[in-house]
Amino acid sequence: MHTVLTSPGKTVTIGHDQPFCIIGERINPTGRKKFQEQLRAGDLSAIEKDVVAQVAGGADVLDVNMGVPLTDEPALLSKAITMVQSLTDLPICIDSSVIEALQAGLETYQGKALVNSVTGEDDRMELVLPLIKKHGAAIIALPNDETGIPATAAERLVITEKIVRAVEKHGIPLEDLVIDPLAMTVGADPEAVKHTLEAIYLIREKFGLNMTLGASNISFGLPHRHALNAAFLPAAMAMGLTSAVMDSRTPAIVESVRAADLLLGLDPWGTNWIMRYRAMEAAKAAAEGN
Amino acid sequence: MTHDEIIKALFDETLVGNAPAVLELTNKGIAEGMSPSTILFDALIPSLEEVGARFERGDFFVPEMLISGKAMSGALNVLRPLLAETGAETVGTFLMGTVKGDVHDIGKNLVNIMLEGAGFNVIDIGVQVAPEKFVAAIIEHKPDIVGMSAFLTTTMPMFKVNIHEITKAGLRDQVIIMVGGAPVTQEYADVVGADGFAADASTAVRIAKELIAKKRASVSA
Repeated sequence: MHTVLTSPGKTVTIGHDQPFCIIGERINPTGRKKFQEQLRAGDLSAIEKDVVAQVAGGADVLDVNMGVPLTDEPALLSKAITMVQSLTDLPICIDSSVIEALQAGLETYQGKALVNSVTGEDDRMELVLPLIKKHGAAIIALPNDETGIPATAAERLVITEKIVRAVEKHGIPLEDLVIDPLAMTVGADPEAVKHTLEAIYLIREKFGLNMTLGASNISFGLPHRHALNAAFLPAAMAMGLTSAVMDSRTPAIVESVRAADLLLGLDPWGTNWIMRYRAMEAAKAAAEGN
Repeated sequence: MTHDEIIKALFDETLVGNAPAVLELTNKGIAEGMSPSTILFDALIPSLEEVGARFERGDFFVPEMLISGKAMSGALNVLRPLLAETGAETVGTFLMGTVKGDVHDIGKNLVNIMLEGAGFNVIDIGVQVAPEKFVAAIIEHKPDIVGMSAFLTTTMPMFKVNIHEITKAGLRDQVIIMVGGAPVTQEYADVVGADGFAADASTAVRIAKELIAKKRASVSA
């Protein structure tokens, strides 16, 4: 099952036989006070730095979220997408829970976008899925519904099945459905990550769908988060996770993903791994030469 | 153990979240004739205050706060009926819920822990709380403060809807309303007509106490 995302200059394929797809999480004002104030004032200049850092860090796709309260989110998101597309040819993950913002984002985006996200709630799916169908986009869906976030993997599987039926009903190919099996912080529940890993495994087994999740969530509230994130991703990949909305600016985390690609047979003969090594050595040599 | 030793041990064991020890020490204290309010106000509450202070400084982390809170809750289950018997006054009743459409509860739970730790009687009505459920819970529990949590920019507008429903039910003057959650700001709290906002759990406790003191002062004046 291949989820194909495009921009005018690039095609990214997410799949169980592909290297892991790193979706850079940084262009998001949640928890970034200064960025929020800038966006509220119509100043999008900080985005440029975020794009450069994430591209350099090795992101394959960039998530763009403009969720600032008391602003015109559709207009802001639309403007941000145009800006990001002028800076990079990486495909974009359009991130909002506001339907009008998703609509504006999809109308602006050049190429086939990934949309983040819809829940398994009937009324949300009825709003979002027609939009996905109309624009031929791909959609991230979360297996939670009206009753809350299900704790166990089995419950998440049940809602995933419901999502699969709805997506089929709307005539969207299952290749364009990416399930977010829900990553919660292990700091609030010692079993949280185990449930997530189990859900990934079951969804892979039963539906073979592509999956993504907010990887940094797992370490919320804990110290030295980078090490936890770097340990989590290879484990999730081994279970069948094919992508993550994640920190793509921290080398240790990106390296653990690329190492897992090689170890899991997704980077045959270590071609990418060796290429990265050579590039790093070359950069080091150039730096020493200076 | 002397009473002072029990107080000291309760403080220390609550701080590290040792629930079995806190429960045992609480029962031991009661059995040896200590008053429930001494146990609460001289050991448990100061310990949770220390947890909050350390969390605010970045010396304590979420799991540590949660296990301290759990340890204290275990003791409170023992103390609550005894405190009620003695007619000890609580700091106040705080009704708390995450708004409809939103299932996030970590922040809400942390605030609950700090409120309980400060001596509030906390009634948690969970996540996905519809406006009519807030209204019904206010009628049932007669809280001093209603706290609403939202984690998403799309669910924040529920604050306004809830406040409208509470006003329509004629209950707005009876309660203080506080709002919070990751995307919420003071400016937004003002716009929706809330009485208070806090960016973190420790501040929430401080604001809650201030608002109650202000209200009680204005009522008695």
